Amino acid sequence: MWKLIATLSWLDIKLRYRGSILGPFWVTMSTGVMVAALGLVYSTLFDQDMHDYLPYLSLSLVFWTAMSLVVTDACTTFTQAEGMIRSMRMPFSVHIWRVMTRNFLLLLHNLIIVVLVFAIYDTWPGWNALWAIPGLLVWLVDGVAACMLLGAICARFRDIPQIVGSIMQIAFYATPIVWKVDQIREGARFMPLNPVYVILEIVRGPLYGTPPSGVVWTSALVFSVALVIVAWLMFARVRGRLAFWV
Amino acid sequence: MPLDVRAIPGAWLAYPRLAYRRSASARVAGHPGVKTLIKAEGLCVDFPIYHGGGRSLKKAVFAAASGRLGEDQQHRVVVQALRDISFTLRPGDRLGLVGGNGAGKTTLLRTLAGIYEPIIGKLQVDGVIGSLLDVNAGMNPELSGRENIMLRGLYNQMSRAQIAAMVDDVSDFAELGEFMELPVRLYSSGMGIRLAFGMATAIRPQILLMDEWFLAGDAAFLDKARARMESLVKAAEILVLSSHIESIVLEWATRVIWLDSGRIRADGVPQEVLHSYLGTGPVEVVAVEPS
Repeated sequence: MWKLIATLSWLDIKLRYRGSILGPFWVTMSTGVMVAALGLVYSTLFDQDMHDYLPYLSLSLVFWTAMSLVVTDACTTFTQAEGMIRSMRMPFSVHIWRVMTRNFLLLLHNLIIVVLVFAIYDTWPGWNALWAIPGLLVWLVDGVAACMLLGAICARFRDIPQIVGSIMQIAFYATPIVWKVDQIREGARFMPLNPVYVILEIVRGPLYGTPPSGVVWTSALVFSVALVIVAWLMFARVRGRLAFWV
Repeated sequence: MPLDVRAIPGAWLAYPRLAYRRSASARVAGHPGVKTLIKAEGLCVDFPIYHGGGRSLKKAVFAAASGRLGEDQQHRVVVQALRDISFTLRPGDRLGLVGGNGAGKTTLLRTLAGIYEPIIGKLQVDGVIGSLLDVNAGMNPELSGRENIMLRGLYNQMSRAQIAAMVDDVSDFAELGEFMELPVRLYSSGMGIRLAFGMATAIRPQILLMDEWFLAGDAAFLDKARARMESLVKAAEILVLSSHIESIVLEWATRVIWLDSGRIRADGVPQEVLHSYLGTGPVEVVAVEPS
């Protein structure tokens, strides 16, 4: 089954970039250009030292892209597999892991930018970076839950993907991605209430050399557990009707 | 040990739930110890219809806000696709399904294939299932012929060697030549059909579920496809075939079930059931007979 999932994911990526010279490295390119452009603009705007800001921005953008891509992709988990679902008996998890694997491969392509920026500015997060591993495991669980929840809801209600898209756009500005938490005075206390921030921070923080606080971790885990429970209950309820919905 | 997926709450890793039992060993192709069997007891399938507004979030939200969600649930448009379907098939049985459009033939095939979940009833299927339901099942027009065949092999959980053999077999049958490496959307319609048919018939299931499309098509294609189809059907221990076409049912089936509005109207020897079916059914049915 894993071979099937890996092949499907790889073909998804290959198809999207078939015929282009750079292939999937277009993702790397566009992220690189984005990091360079935003880095230039915001380091001037926020009066930040490039040496400190660019590694932060590259990490933020790369992991934010991964997160928002998983969420938007989750919406089409089952609808894009309509042909498969309606013509053969196949575990629903295949479609979920296909989305997850595809986005993991894209993340790997984007990580090249982070490595480059870190090399240019000679930054090294230290051994604390290993704390990103439990963070990524939480992402894995959350991603699967998001696919179950959004994939099923979006199969039933076709206007949800648009709503999810708008929410993610707002989240990009309302979350410390291009800006840092310590740049706002009042709101910083309430940041652990922002699920996007805490879940991003448990991976980004350790890699940037600022391991997240216990509050951030607790909040991230609480949000994740809530997501998993809601997704599980909902999916168990609607699973039987999915084949009719897609 | 047979695994009943209903026993696992929210078993999301599992296949669509079917009140469905199948022994683990039955998944190995041609396993000698497995006695193929299809046993349906009182199957009922409902088909919710989501036309236009049915998919609207706005309507669902307003209905909930005005306290009508419960009522909406009751009034959801549901087609009673199958009602109280019971039968048992053993090795050697060749079942033909007849009935007008919308009688539930395809829905029954999909339910047997484990795609649709019955709302009531029990279904037991032992043996490796091969379903020829949708011509383009899982075919991606953007991928090349070779990639599509490989993907189909992976869907069927074949080994690397089996997939290589399948690629050769199908490309021979479909006469693709160098088109193998080109995206399927560039194929002529004839090539597309030959590829689809070649892939679908490259499997060797114990239980073969077949929709009528696979026996339709133009005469030249049918001649070529015939031998392939025959060997596939002969290799299968149980065949379930849905068709409009009298001659095909008479030729292949040893038992015929006549479905009418989702219920079994008649079940028995082909000649008798077909006689009463054609006696009452629309006249056009006879006219669809191929050359």
